[in-house]
Amino acid sequence: MKTIQVFDPALCCSAGVCGVDVDQALVSFSADVAWAKQNGAQIERFNLAQQPMAFAENVAAKNFLERSGQDALPLVLVDGEVAMAGRYPNRAELARWADILSVATEPKPAGDCCSGSKGC
Amino acid sequence: MKFLEQPVRFLFFTGKGGVGKTSIACAAAIQLAESGKRVLLVSTDPASNVGQVFGISIGNQITAIPQVARLSALEIDPQAAAQAYRDRIVGPVRNVLPDTVVKAIEEQLSGACTTEIAAFDEFTALLTNGALTEKFDHIIFDTAPTGHTIRLLQLPGAWSGFLDQEKGDASCLGPLAGLEKQRAQYKEAVDSLADPKRTRLILVARAQASTLREVARTHEELGKIGLSQQYLVINGVLPRTEAAIDPLAAAICDREQAVLSALPDVLKALPLDQVALKPFNLVGIDALRRLLTDNLSAQGISEHGEVAFDRPSLSALVDIIAADKHGLVMLMGKGGVGKTTLAAAVAVELAHRGHPVHLTTSDPAAHLSETLNGSLDNLTVSRIDPHVETENYTQHVLETKGAKLDAQGRALLEEDLRSPCTEEIAVFQAFSRIIREAGKKFVVMDTAPTGHTLLLLDATGAYHREITRQLTDKSMHVITPMMRLQDEKQTKILLVTLAETTPVLEAGELQADLRRAGIEPWAWIINNSVAAAHPLSPLLRQRAHNELKEIEAVAQHHAHRYAVVPLLREEPVGIPHLLELSGHAETLAGSSRD
Repeated sequence: MKTIQVFDPALCCSAGVCGVDVDQALVSFSADVAWAKQNGAQIERFNLAQQPMAFAENVAAKNFLERSGQDALPLVLVDGEVAMAGRYPNRAELARWADILSVATEPKPAGDCCSGSKGC
Repeated sequence: MKFLEQPVRFLFFTGKGGVGKTSIACAAAIQLAESGKRVLLVSTDPASNVGQVFGISIGNQITAIPQVARLSALEIDPQAAAQAYRDRIVGPVRNVLPDTVVKAIEEQLSGACTTEIAAFDEFTALLTNGALTEKFDHIIFDTAPTGHTIRLLQLPGAWSGFLDQEKGDASCLGPLAGLEKQRAQYKEAVDSLADPKRTRLILVARAQASTLREVARTHEELGKIGLSQQYLVINGVLPRTEAAIDPLAAAICDREQAVLSALPDVLKALPLDQVALKPFNLVGIDALRRLLTDNLSAQGISEHGEVAFDRPSLSALVDIIAADKHGLVMLMGKGGVGKTTLAAAVAVELAHRGHPVHLTTSDPAAHLSETLNGSLDNLTVSRIDPHVETENYTQHVLETKGAKLDAQGRALLEEDLRSPCTEEIAVFQAFSRIIREAGKKFVVMDTAPTGHTLLLLDATGAYHREITRQLTDKSMHVITPMMRLQDEKQTKILLVTLAETTPVLEAGELQADLRRAGIEPWAWIINNSVAAAHPLSPLLRQRAHNELKEIEAVAQHHAHRYAVVPLLREEPVGIPHLLELSGHAETLAGSSRD
């Protein structure tokens, strides 16, 4: 099982509702994280405003902050390696990293329904 | 006093700053202790004057009060609690992470939510059974957590994944992330609050219509959460005996009685106590004993003769504002200090002098704005209802951004949107639509964003986008909204307060908050001053005398410039009374009043 670590910018809320404009990306991502966890994914989120130590103790995150600054967050690590930065992953990307198979096939079950296990 | 009959274990006093809840809490604690109960008094008053009241230093540990058997006290400083929390989070990464990052973190942790939750964390232990509290029969708090805080802690969704392993899921619970207490302890504390057999809430107010409307809201909000056992105390009622010798006192008596006989419906059902205005300072055990026992017949005895008073009037401030011919004037202050009335007074005064003015108010009663509309050349009035704006904004977010969430996610988002920040943002968005007019005329507003909100909005650039999107005048694009608020030529912030300890302290906090955002309040206005009204009644003279120290503190330590506005005989509604507030139009007001 791979570990996904998400380093969020300094948010007073991980849902982002406290800003002048609620960030759809944050609201959706929070929901996607909840979904992925239910499907067994290991995901940790670190909010810069609340868990800055997590940034300081992670070499990749610390170097990223020094090089690119907080405006370049979020940073996503998969098993410690940079997988994405500057935007939040979508559900399919989370599924891919976490080896959740169902969602990868979900978008096109109609086209090849006969190859499925149900054997229609 | 009804609120002290058959007392339960926990007594919470709540009300706006300056209504006297700390004094009443102290007096209640003394009375219970002297009736044989073992009492712990917990104060979170930022003025932290409980120690001063009892003449000893107390601080953040349970301290026995020597003069009163069975009474102990504890002072919690919410600001210090929030600071300690910030230090715990930020301390370890200072000089490890880049400075700009550390600053951003500190700002995120400087909001009202952090302070409130940090304070709640401090008294959690007192609401649960343990060695700390078992030797007390009653624990009295001079404050109560807001509905928002309690609801957050009640939400089952908030707990799943919180304080366990996966921190950060529940957004506004954020500040709790760094707190060490156990989940079970928070739950027990919240259960205690919602248990009428253990907890009584005492709403403290003055006999003022606007204050009581606010109290009615608090009553309903906390009632819904389970704090069903509620009492109402009206403090500082002027005794009728004063009315005979002083027309001002007579007018105040009439006004207060009118308010009391027309209490909001939801408050009428509550057990009601009235506490008379006292001629003495509420310092020392004897004074506090007399607070709840002497009643409405109390004769005012004051050693003070006429209080000499010569301070700048509002009119003098308007002279300087008017010289600029246009600009944005924002009145800021805690609820109940009279921002809306003073905004109207400034607007009317400017319009009266021939300047075009747009007054925008969030006055919930709307009577003020309605009576003004169209009544004076040059003056237009518009109204923004904070509840409607907040509701619209919340619905909009839930329908758009929250559309795809599951029930639990939606409940969390909904609760987050009930945070105090949301109202401020929603109202500010509404106001920002009007701000652009300030280039051509005067725009006077009865609210302003806090420095904290401005910094957050500025940091994300969201505020900048919000404003520039609305600016059609291309020449303004180069000026950021933050710069505009920081430039006193364009924007004048007037801090409104009362000549009483807690309100002055609270205004000082607002000023510090604005200064963090590089915004310097242009002036202070001390509203409803008894001293400026030259009273004859001994009781009011005593109160006038007590005000002088606070007025002096504003003049010497807080404000670059200031004005004192007298308490009026009648509620300042309508043009003549509003002009009277500025202090120069007495003849005009006098002639039209008759």
